Amino acid sequence: MTQHVLSLLVEDKPGILTRVAALFARRGFNIQSLAVGTTEVEGVSRMTVVISLDGQPLEQVTKQLNKLINVLKIVELEADSSVARDHMLVKVRTDSSTRSQVLEAVTLFRARVIDVVSDAVVIEVTGDSAKCQAFIKVLEPFGIKELVQSGAIAISRGSKSMSEKVLR
Amino acid sequence: MATETLTGAQALIRSLELLGVDTVFGLPGGAILPTYDPLMDSKKLRHILVRHEQGAGHAAEGYAAASGKLGVCIATSGPGATNLVTAIADAHMDSVPMLAITGQVNSFAIGTDAFQEADIVGITMPITKHSFLVTNAADIPGVMAAAYEIATTGRPGPVLVDVAKDAQNAKFEFSWPPKIDLPGYKPITDPHGKQVQAAAELILKSHKPILYVGGGVIRAGASKELLKLAELLHAPVTTTLMARGAFPDSHPQHLGMPGMHGTVPAVTALQKSDLLITLGARFDDRVTGDVKSFAKGAKVIHVDVDPAEIGKIRHADVPIVGDAKVVISMLIAELESQMKTTKPDYEDWWVFLNGLKERYPLGYNDTDDGKLAPQYVIERIGELSGPEAIFAAGVGQHQMWSAQFIKYERPNSWLNSGGAGTMGYSVPAAMGAKVAQPERLVWAIDGDGCFQMTNQELATCTINNIPIKVAIINNSSLGMVRQWQTLFYNSRYSNTDLNTGTDTIMVPDFVKLAESYGCLAIRVEKIEEVDAAIKLAMETNDRPVVIDFIVGRDAMVWPMVPAGVSNDAVQYARDAAPIWDGEE
Ligand SMILES: Cc1cc2nc3c(=O)[nH]c(=O)nc-3n(C[C@H](O)[C@H](O)[C@H](O)COP(=O)(O)OP(=O)(O)OC[C@H]3O[C@@H](n4cnc5c(N)ncnc54)[C@H](O)[C@@H]3O)c2cc1C
Ligand SMILES: Cc1ncc(C[n+]2csc(CCOP(=O)(O)OP(=O)(O)O)c2C)c(N)n1
Ligand SMILES: [Mg+2]
Repeated sequence: MTQHVLSLLVEDKPGILTRVAALFARRGFNIQSLAVGTTEVEGVSRMTVVISLDGQPLEQVTKQLNKLINVLKIVELEADSSVARDHMLVKVRTDSSTRSQVLEAVTLFRARVIDVVSDAVVIEVTGDSAKCQAFIKVLEPFGIKELVQSGAIAISRGSKSMSEKVLR
Repeated sequence: MATETLTGAQALIRSLELLGVDTVFGLPGGAILPTYDPLMDSKKLRHILVRHEQGAGHAAEGYAAASGKLGVCIATSGPGATNLVTAIADAHMDSVPMLAITGQVNSFAIGTDAFQEADIVGITMPITKHSFLVTNAADIPGVMAAAYEIATTGRPGPVLVDVAKDAQNAKFEFSWPPKIDLPGYKPITDPHGKQVQAAAELILKSHKPILYVGGGVIRAGASKELLKLAELLHAPVTTTLMARGAFPDSHPQHLGMPGMHGTVPAVTALQKSDLLITLGARFDDRVTGDVKSFAKGAKVIHVDVDPAEIGKIRHADVPIVGDAKVVISMLIAELESQMKTTKPDYEDWWVFLNGLKERYPLGYNDTDDGKLAPQYVIERIGELSGPEAIFAAGVGQHQMWSAQFIKYERPNSWLNSGGAGTMGYSVPAAMGAKVAQPERLVWAIDGDGCFQMTNQELATCTINNIPIKVAIINNSSLGMVRQWQTLFYNSRYSNTDLNTGTDTIMVPDFVKLAESYGCLAIRVEKIEEVDAAIKLAMETNDRPVVIDFIVGRDAMVWPMVPAGVSNDAVQYARDAAPIWDGEE
């Protein structure tokens, strides 16, 4: 299994998410995460898709995606020339005996506590997926009551913009 | 720009007219009623009322395949739209330029499970090139122009336009031409010169090349260029099921069809080749058999307008993205210049190939039950009709025999359902073809099974004066499936008997059925009746003709490569078959 981060600029049209997701399903490509939102250009959305491929060449994925009429541009973001971040919200069980240990982990991972009640805290953390996974590992012994992840969003390093050449 | 106040419905009809559409096949219902009203007044659009929307879809396909133009079909929402689905899927598989227009419930009712609501955009998403849901009348001209553009350019395919009823009724200021807003759609037609140069070099270095020609050459209208290229190189040619007619069958360089039911020379040539010059073909599994052992020693030049086809199944040593017509022309020019110094030499290759052609011509045996040989009937239809005719087949044994025993000399003369294998394609497709090319003789060569799926369009043909000829190759069974049962299931004939033969209860009696549809109907059981019936059919043009040819049911399609097996195991005939395991 190899993992790839794809960035897609798409026209913000109804059904575009379905088209992309359905294409992955139909062609047998595995989506690990998919995050979508608006961009600096009106009418253009950006999707960050993390896929893991089992033997299939990445080229088939990008070529099939490119056939979707509403897809404007696709780039693969390589780890060394881009930044990828996950955003995660975790609700962890705490009591008076464990709270300080949890808060210590929060500091260590440069996470933030955003809600506290007597038997739980809600923590937010941002980082690459390795950091998020490591943080989960640390919190697990205390009891994770709820976990939400945004899926990776990614951007290239340097000054170039992905939308530069796309938009007429 | 001058504008005119129109309803969405009027705009839809006007857009079709302005796009040059002259024929639409359809059947109305509630959600498309607003559009049917201005349709009645159109002087430029001929609407042909079908008896089933699947028929409208296949008719649009037949119209497109025969003429190279866009085929258009219209249906209402819900069941009307879902009845189009099979034909849309068929057009998608075979790259047919098609526009399917469907009515949708009022925009404010979408999502409420309203009467006859179906999410047809969602249902057809994986089987269309693109689709539009229109909820605003003012979007109609732009969407129609975009749909036309998408369906007919690049790799052609079906586009669905689903129009909410209130968008058909609303008024707006219509103007033409609209702005086509497709920033993400840029089909590549012109190839990289460097790639063409590399292809020419590879060709001149090869010793055993073969032109592996697919349906893309027909869609590109590149037959003339292909002929020139083939003759320039003096290289052998094979045409897939979708490409029959792209290169003349009478040409001595033509080895016939490749694949599961291809000729021994074509199948073997591909296997032994050192260079596949692949033009608008997509390495379908019916052609390659087991992919790993397909043409193992060959390098590949792959020309396709769809980049995703290149490298999908087989690695391409020289990938060329572009329109086949443009690419072949450039390749000819490049070869002509390179051939000033390097001459191709395929003499040894031809010695081998000519040996195969001599030893393994296509052939067939008489039947054991004394009934007509289906291959003979089909061969005679082809010979008497000549190459200017159009032949639309159903799916099954009769389809394969039609591909093998009719000699095609020109593109767009052979219409069939290759990728999807849709039984029921033939009669409505022949109808569509006859409407597109009224001066041509159009045959539907159908099976007794297929015919029972869409024969109601004979009513459409009779009433609208579309005099097609239908040859039912009646073996009283789902013959192709029966052949597999003979070969792979110990001749256990589970549910393949149709009881349409003369020694059965004959339900239905095709002659009576056809007569009730207003056709001239003829039954043929003896060899001496065959020619006379075909000639009578050819002379009869005041109504459709149906000939019920009663043929032997044990006839089989040969040669054959069993599914999933290496093409090295091609069998010329059953006796020439070593033991293989049946599968599937
Ligand atoms: C019962 C049955 C048996 C069959 N047996 C056989 C068999 O023995 N042999 C056989 O060959 N087939 C057989 N088929 C058909 C088979 O399933 C495929 O439909 C067929 O082989 C595909 O043909 P093709 O490769 O020419 O591609 P097509 O489906 O015709 O695809 C055309 C290709 O050309 C490209 N293209 C389109 N327009 C252009 C353009 N302008 N320029 C460049 N490229 C373009 C497209 O992108 C596509 O890749 C059988 C089907 C059935 C139902
Ligand atoms: C809609 C559909 N259903 C089922 C099949 C599977 N199938 C392929 S060929 C065939 C038999 C067709 O019978 P007939 O029309 O009599 O043709 P024959 O093979 O006898 O010439 C069947 C059932 C199919 N291709 N399409
Ligand atoms: Mg039959």
